[in-house]
Amino acid sequence: MNFDVDDDQQLLDDSIRRLLRKDYDFDARREILRSSAGGSDHVWKTFADMGLLALPIPETYGGFGAGAVKMMGMMECIGEALVVEPYLSTVGLGAQFVSRWGSDAQKQEVLPAIAQGRLKMAFAQIEDGSRYELGHVATTAAKSAAGWVINGEKRVVIDAPASNKLIVSARTSGDIRDAEGLSLFMVNTATPGIRLKRYTTLDGLRAADVTFDNVAVAADALLGTQGTGLVMMREVVDFATALLCAEAVGAIRSANEATLDYIKNRKQFGVAIGSFQVTQHRIVDMVMSYEQVKSMACLACVQADTAVDADERSRIISAAKIRVADACRQVSQDAVQLHGGMGLSDEMKISHTFRRLTMIARQFGDADHHLARFAA
Amino acid sequence: MDLNFSAEELAFRDQVRSWLNATMPRDLRDKVANNERLSKAEIVRWHRMLADQGWIAPAWPVEWGGTGWNVVQRYIFEEECGYAGAPQLPRFGLSMCAPVLLKFGTEAQKRRYLPKIYNGEEIWCQGYSEPGAGSDLAALSTRAEKRGDAYVVNGQKIWTTIAHHADWMFCLVRTSAQTGKRQEGISFLLVDMKTPGIRVKPIILMDGGHDVNEVFFEDVRVPAENLVHEEGKGWTVAKYLLGHERMNSGRIAGSKRELQKLKKLASKEMRNGVPLMSDVRFRDRLTRVEIELMALEITNLRFLDRMRRTGQPPGADVSMLKIKGTEITQLITELMMDAVGPLAQPTLPVDDIDGWDMFVASLAPVYCLTRKSSIYAGSNEIQRNIIAKMTLGL
Ligand SMILES: Cc1cc2nc3c(=O)[nH]c(=O)nc-3n(C[C@H](O)[C@H](O)[C@H](O)COP(=O)(O)OP(=O)(O)OC[C@H]3O[C@@H](n4cnc5c(N)ncnc54)[C@H](O)[C@@H]3O)c2cc1C
Repeated sequence: MNFDVDDDQQLLDDSIRRLLRKDYDFDARREILRSSAGGSDHVWKTFADMGLLALPIPETYGGFGAGAVKMMGMMECIGEALVVEPYLSTVGLGAQFVSRWGSDAQKQEVLPAIAQGRLKMAFAQIEDGSRYELGHVATTAAKSAAGWVINGEKRVVIDAPASNKLIVSARTSGDIRDAEGLSLFMVNTATPGIRLKRYTTLDGLRAADVTFDNVAVAADALLGTQGTGLVMMREVVDFATALLCAEAVGAIRSANEATLDYIKNRKQFGVAIGSFQVTQHRIVDMVMSYEQVKSMACLACVQADTAVDADERSRIISAAKIRVADACRQVSQDAVQLHGGMGLSDEMKISHTFRRLTMIARQFGDADHHLARFAA
Repeated sequence: MDLNFSAEELAFRDQVRSWLNATMPRDLRDKVANNERLSKAEIVRWHRMLADQGWIAPAWPVEWGGTGWNVVQRYIFEEECGYAGAPQLPRFGLSMCAPVLLKFGTEAQKRRYLPKIYNGEEIWCQGYSEPGAGSDLAALSTRAEKRGDAYVVNGQKIWTTIAHHADWMFCLVRTSAQTGKRQEGISFLLVDMKTPGIRVKPIILMDGGHDVNEVFFEDVRVPAENLVHEEGKGWTVAKYLLGHERMNSGRIAGSKRELQKLKKLASKEMRNGVPLMSDVRFRDRLTRVEIELMALEITNLRFLDRMRRTGQPPGADVSMLKIKGTEITQLITELMMDAVGPLAQPTLPVDDIDGWDMFVASLAPVYCLTRKSSIYAGSNEIQRNIIAKMTLGL
């Protein structure tokens, strides 16, 4: 057994943290949120230069072939700094679909471009009424002479506005909630017939509802085998969920650090508010949750990398997500409470961490969703 | 034991209900239903409608416009307003400044301020909290120095709700250097917000909205006649008011309305092809809140009944109502957000979006903003301290 990260990994994590402290401090992040694109080309380029976009990309396509465990440091840093760049969408979802099931041509087209920072991706999956079920898909892809024609509407496609390509789940046969008959397509976001209604999310990400109105794509837009979409989505979303758990570790650590610092320094009644036992017990509970979440994130990432049995992998990753969701709720609420009025101010990082934790708790399924999956 | 309202009380309830149904403007009702912020003009519009009906200040003495209702009738009225989704009017003038003036004000002060509070002509805000004085209010340091027939005020207030709309502020200031107890040397002043030297700076909260402000005072001259009660006796006034502030903090009517909305929403939202309402996990979470609210309603009535019979002012009871009431409100906002699942994420359109659902988009921000209710008006930790000390003698 060995929970240590090796020296190279440690060096990399340290340099990511240094970069984000400099280029993604609270004020810099705020400028990025306010910018029209809602993201930073400069930071994306730096990620590319540091090899961070190449981390999980197979070596044959210009990457480092890292798994989830090797990406934990990066994800924790993202959580700490509340990075809003499309990292998880591009590297944790898009690149995963392609490296696992893409044809050689698809890999050649996409993976080196992602590694070099030239290509961003988003995953168009959620629909009206789907909640967190990957298998609930009404969008259709019909075979045509030239390839496929996609029709439907996807909701809350995180990072769609910045993306060059979308991975779209669509039905090639079957009924709205059938497990069979789902297929995945990789399409250019700029394809005629695709329309984006853009908005920002609670936690400052850019997203869009995406309509597909007779979107004609070539035959080679199909990713992997027709009809096996659900299996592919489960595997990749499990992988991304494990990464999200690692992101939560960073965000929770940052919330705890900020809160500890605050209650040590904020004085009321002539003493630091951290001298009251009720505040002490709260922060102790927050710190204990952090440790539990860190453990579950390790477990989830190891599973994502090494599991042989898909059901067992999904069960463990659900377990991690449940624990993470509970901790996100507890830590975000208590951190704000302990900050008093300050905790609600948009000027304080903690209010932004609160919002991100609120969304992490629900992304890829809330606690109820994963409780059901765990029990199944 | 009889937990039912009497026939007269029921008749009264019907009268209030039908008036509200007939009178409440559609546009205001819709805005409230969509969790939209009301403009100052809209708030004043509803205020005036209630004033015209004679129902704006039920708790005031009849000679100043009160309705003469007993505590149960007042409770029923609040309940009906909440249930009908009537806009919540700022309480600072009607339920905070006015009771203070009625108890401690001079005749001249009552005559000057009460009618304009009553008819909505002047909006008030509350200037208590300061950067260094939140839970520990007695640590406040905004100074008021007597110079001739005026106090000259210097210092800063923070978290002042609707200071940007307000015509007047009632505030606590330090009129003499701290010598003995910190509570001494504090005075209660009425300040015209148009006085030179006052600067109001918005604070944006995490729902992206503007309700609260910082207020800076630089050599602000306040006529000495704006002092309420005696100089140095501001703490007595503030303590009297705190009881009033927390009287209606159970927010039971509002929570009942929100719970109804939540049930409707959860019956419409689908999970795996069946309504979310039939999902055991979600339904049980909702039911637990519903039961807590049911209990709190009866607890509240028990406390009211005791007050009515003993004539005693509410004690540490109100702390419990505040804690439980805010916990329930917060849980409901969380369930609302959860009910719509991933669709709660979008909050602010970038493009011009046809059919943008304002209500769904408001659920996550409202959840965030509602974290305030366990912090303000005496944080829930401070309320627990009060119960521990006053009720349990710890
Ligand atoms: C949205 C909003 C609107 C407001 N509107 C107004 C207004 O109109 N006018 C006005 O004057 N004020 C207003 N306030 C201020 C409000 O009253 C204060 O926020 C509140 O008193 C808490 O003070 P604080 O924010 O300084 O937190 P602090 O007092 O610094 O408290 C921080 C944390 O420490 C805890 N704590 C403090 N002391 C103790 C203790 N002895 N034991 C255990 N725990 C303790 C608190 O419970 C809290 O969790 C508003 C606040 C908000 C958030």
